[in-house]
Amino acid sequence: MMLSGADIVVRTLIEQGCNVVFGYPGGQILNVYDSLYKYSDEITHILTAHEQGAAHAADGYARATGKVGVVISTSGPGATNLITGIATAYLDSVPLVAITGNVASTLIGSDSFQEIDITGITLPITKHNYVVGSVEELADTIRSAFKLAMSGRPGPVLVDIPKNIQMGKCEYEPAPPAAAEERLREKDERIEKTASCILSSERPFIYFGGGLISSHAEEELLQLAELLDAPVGCSLMGISGVPSDHPRFLGMQGMHGHYACSMAMHKADCIIALGVRFNDRVTGNREKFATNAKIIHIDVDGSELSKIVTPAHALRGDVKETVVKLIEKLSPKKHPEWWKKIDSLKNEEKTSGDNRDSLTPRRVIETLNKYLKPNTPVATDVGQHQMWSAQYLSFKRSRRFISSGGLGTMGFGMGAAIGAQIATGEHAVLVTGDGSFGMCLQEVATAVTNNIPLVILLMNNGVLGMVRQWQTLFFDKHYSNTVLDRKTDFVQLMKAFGGDATRVTDIKDLDAALDAAFSYSGPYLIDCAIDKDEFVLPMLPPGGSMDDIIVKAGD
Amino acid sequence: MQKFTIAVLVYNRFGVLNRVTSMFRRRRFNISSLSVSETETEQYSRITLTSYGSEQEKHQLIEQLNKLEDVCFIKELKDSETVGFELLLIKVKNEPETRSQIRDAADSYGAETVDFTRDAVILKLTGSTRRINAFIDLMRDYSILEICRTGVASLERGNTTISKVNI
Repeated sequence: MMLSGADIVVRTLIEQGCNVVFGYPGGQILNVYDSLYKYSDEITHILTAHEQGAAHAADGYARATGKVGVVISTSGPGATNLITGIATAYLDSVPLVAITGNVASTLIGSDSFQEIDITGITLPITKHNYVVGSVEELADTIRSAFKLAMSGRPGPVLVDIPKNIQMGKCEYEPAPPAAAEERLREKDERIEKTASCILSSERPFIYFGGGLISSHAEEELLQLAELLDAPVGCSLMGISGVPSDHPRFLGMQGMHGHYACSMAMHKADCIIALGVRFNDRVTGNREKFATNAKIIHIDVDGSELSKIVTPAHALRGDVKETVVKLIEKLSPKKHPEWWKKIDSLKNEEKTSGDNRDSLTPRRVIETLNKYLKPNTPVATDVGQHQMWSAQYLSFKRSRRFISSGGLGTMGFGMGAAIGAQIATGEHAVLVTGDGSFGMCLQEVATAVTNNIPLVILLMNNGVLGMVRQWQTLFFDKHYSNTVLDRKTDFVQLMKAFGGDATRVTDIKDLDAALDAAFSYSGPYLIDCAIDKDEFVLPMLPPGGSMDDIIVKAGD
Repeated sequence: MQKFTIAVLVYNRFGVLNRVTSMFRRRRFNISSLSVSETETEQYSRITLTSYGSEQEKHQLIEQLNKLEDVCFIKELKDSETVGFELLLIKVKNEPETRSQIRDAADSYGAETVDFTRDAVILKLTGSTRRINAFIDLMRDYSILEICRTGVASLERGNTTISKVNI
């Protein structure tokens, strides 16, 4: 059928299985918005307060579902407002398609109104990007963008569509949804060699990250762990990939990782790393990282193998498929001595942990845990509250922890929580801090308008807590620009937005507040008073090794 | 540290060179020479680059190139299995007291005089990077005004072609 370019954009999105998009209209994307109006019973558009919020919402949607998230914006400032969102998705390998309008092809390059070189700007933060050259290539370009976003290591792709292309007409033929490109397979003999290396180990440790979740290999991971009698730990991006209460699971590793997990990884003689990239927040001092262990690194992205650490065996390929093949070559093992050590590490962690009974971060998160259903998505922002969430939140299902790991984007949470709520249909949760929440709180308006059931747990300490922690430890308590000293009344603010809120200053009142929050139909904020000098512990100082770990305040 | 040469076939599209060099910049790869040209088909352009670094850095460079959507084929060109040449244009001062020495040097390297004026002479030399470096070094005894070199053009010996190899 003969359609306009704008209609083709929307028809192609629908054809690709996309039924919800996030965005914000403007001059150079008006035609597409007219088509969204026309096809509104087949595709829902969520209007945010700011394009950044739309990008984070599409990202949160993608993280919660594994599907491609879609965000739409106009040219110029609309497009540049997406940048932080696109970069966040890029660093965490989230499949995202960003569609931007642009001025007509004939005007490109003339600095016309709201013209920006968005493909130039997003070059280093997208897997690939396109400027559509003609209406005839429009549908296939969007299809390629979907395919690319989900293939191999997922990531964001941007499609820039000049106004005249949206206005042009051509024949549109529907096509089936794009499938991800077949992932590379590792050679059998290399898998066999890797298996014999693993079998010779006495203290194996399985370490996984976001790549395992992208590859849907959660079950295979547990099979592998059973077979090898190995403990399991994860990176921040791996959280929720394994049920938090699984007996083999030691939690998160890294700068603020669980003590037992970090120590077990340090003491292991073989680390089986699945879908991770050994970020500096994980390794600390690279020279001193896991010196006792042979590393087996499995990832779909060949450039990650030997980028940071040199593995004894590197297997390039889909994590799930590779683990399945690896399991075929392995035989059951038992490591009672190793588990004795691990149990004693777990005990050490328990006794050295924070057991105070007041309104402490740990108590707050653990109280929240009682309210989480298996399907509840919990988004976070970035900072101390994020690390406390990573340490203490309890998950039953994969893809339910939605957090900006690689880029560490303050302001990510509000948009992401909205996206995750829409994706799951569950009453969603955002754990945030007063610093992060202040960055994108205008999206509360979006949640109100769209009746998004959302509990916002605000850990309000009046300071930029994570930076303050560093200033306490490494900058002689010079609290340069981290004391917020704002007079914001968050309860009044939420009411002004059309939501609701309450303030909690005593741990005894938190249950009642959570009861109220979870029975409210829109966004409900709990302003939780946290002491400004709470630390995230344990802490591996930047560039340090396990010998430098700080377990208790004042260490 | 080793020097290595990589040949890359990329789609012949708008902005591809920018994507490749943007990645080099972002990841701090040292590129010592880069040449880009059309190929036997309209579909592809060929990039030949030389760089130096450890084995790990070389591996990273190849893997990062491989992730670019517009990159189709990549191959490391080993010196022993390839023929590779560079073109040098060098402009030196034309002075009576050095004129014959410059001519002798040029003759022994097989460099051709392509421009000869009262004040300057331009010599053209084709050869391996090493040979060109040696010639430039020799010319430093005289007054070099300008240098322009192309970067390496390189092909594998025999009937192997880059498009038959994918990493």
